[in-house]
Amino acid sequence: MSELTRREYDFHKETHTEPMVINMGPSHPATHGTVRFFLTLDGETIERIEVEIGYLHRAFEKECENQFWNGVFPYTDRLDYTAAALNNVGYALAAEKLIGIQVPERCQYLRVIAAELARLSGHYTNLGAAALELGALTAFIYFVEARELVWDLLESMCGARLTHNYVRIGGVTSDLPEGFAERAAGVFSRNRDLGDDFAKLLLKNRIFLDRMRGTGGISRQDAIEWGFTGPCLRACGVPYDVRRAQPYLVYGQLDFDIPVGETGDNLDRFLVRLEEINQSIRIVEQCLERIPAGPINVDNPEWRQPSKDDIHRDMESMIFHFKNTFEGQKIPAGEAYQAVEGANGELGFYLVSSGAGKPLKCRVRPPCFALTSAMPLMVTGALLADLIPTFDMINLIGGECDR
Amino acid sequence: MNQERKEETPAAPAHSLVMSRVMERLSGSDAVIFTHNQKGDDTIVIQPEDILEVMVMLRDDPDLRFDMMMDLTVADYLGNERVWPYLAGLKARFEVVYHLYSVEKNHRIRVKAPLSLENLYIDSITGVWAGADWFEREAFDLYGVVFRGHPSLKRILLYEGFEGHPLRKDYPKMKRQPLIGPRN
Repeated sequence: MSELTRREYDFHKETHTEPMVINMGPSHPATHGTVRFFLTLDGETIERIEVEIGYLHRAFEKECENQFWNGVFPYTDRLDYTAAALNNVGYALAAEKLIGIQVPERCQYLRVIAAELARLSGHYTNLGAAALELGALTAFIYFVEARELVWDLLESMCGARLTHNYVRIGGVTSDLPEGFAERAAGVFSRNRDLGDDFAKLLLKNRIFLDRMRGTGGISRQDAIEWGFTGPCLRACGVPYDVRRAQPYLVYGQLDFDIPVGETGDNLDRFLVRLEEINQSIRIVEQCLERIPAGPINVDNPEWRQPSKDDIHRDMESMIFHFKNTFEGQKIPAGEAYQAVEGANGELGFYLVSSGAGKPLKCRVRPPCFALTSAMPLMVTGALLADLIPTFDMINLIGGECDR
Repeated sequence: MNQERKEETPAAPAHSLVMSRVMERLSGSDAVIFTHNQKGDDTIVIQPEDILEVMVMLRDDPDLRFDMMMDLTVADYLGNERVWPYLAGLKARFEVVYHLYSVEKNHRIRVKAPLSLENLYIDSITGVWAGADWFEREAFDLYGVVFRGHPSLKRILLYEGFEGHPLRKDYPKMKRQPLIGPRN
């Protein structure tokens, strides 16, 4: 090689690079969820990031304001559609708080079972998809199987696999089917095995660990200031879980642990969710053991649709059946905020009633909205490749974030 | 049937620890318009001009320590002003609703600030809790409330070029807007 070419091809010479602006999304194979990132890159380092959401906005609140109180349930299914029953439960509890009624104990247990199965479905989807997007297709298939089994259980409970529409104000739509506890025991033993295999496949995988450990971290203080809740907050070491901090339904009587992380990075978020799967299974098992016999709906035709028998025999039931179908339940004027622990964090419903049959306002506090808004904080200065696991662990669900 | 439903008196005195502490701290000022704790949710309604001062107090007071801004939204009471007794007197139509939570103390409070259509401005609280950023953008997008001092107050769920604010009660549900074409 001549002297000249050697000088021309001096690879150790500092090269001058200009920042490059690229657009990622809204439909990108490595992000689950429709979101668009405007990235300014210096080499592979993210200098600046702007997140654009709203691609799945479908006017949830406006639709709810034009529905009777019970007509809102199908819309809530489509918020966090990986964990639909959880949203049903949150909305029903908020409406019941506004009315001032409490559902019977068996109904509370049924709701906890549905909610925890939904949480399982949400976590399986999230963790499996995260593995997939980091290249581990096999691990994804393991959790797809686990999720299918959970969906089978939910289907036998409420007739639908994805959008359960299971809960009603003052009750639930149906009781547990015959032999549910036995089938659930079979599913859980299979799912525990699948969970162990899933953990073994990933947590000894050098590539997976390198991409998750130490990336996307956030400090405890920042997480609180940015409104983090759920697994992402617990990964920072804050043991805040609505089920424990302000118990609703029968969570106060159940025995479960709240896993917390230490560093708040992606690996901790992953591990917290992985352990929450075990805890949710524990909760459902306890519920199936302890669930008492009894009614599954409040005995008040004004709030809960009476049975066909009652409609034909009882004057008041018939009147309320008619009035609630045509005018909606007349929930007294006022406001209430009820939070439940969603799959992603605190899922809050803020309802305002004017005394009419439809909500004056039906606001949902979406947990992943707050998480996504802190994306710039978590990935600025990191590599472009770190964006993928961080976004996975944020678990943006378009239906919930954009409403 | 048709029995008159007993109207709940909203002006229930606040007895909870949080409320007594808040009222103690705000006793000298005339910021507080109204308080209630319907359904056990402690609520204070304050003058919108005092929002920053009150929020900083709620965050920093050692007994309150509201370190998390859980939710921020707006409610439109057009035609339903009778729901709250103070709205008509203030000629207010909107209310900015803040839900605060204290991770440290495990308690909640709701803060509301009534606004009229003519004066739809309120100070941004992004300086108090950074997480309020997107919530305020959403409230601006869907209700048109302008948050003074917000770093980049632009639409978030809807697209630039959308006309009007769809969650206002006078925005027709079935109204269509032609989608804007590509901007070049």
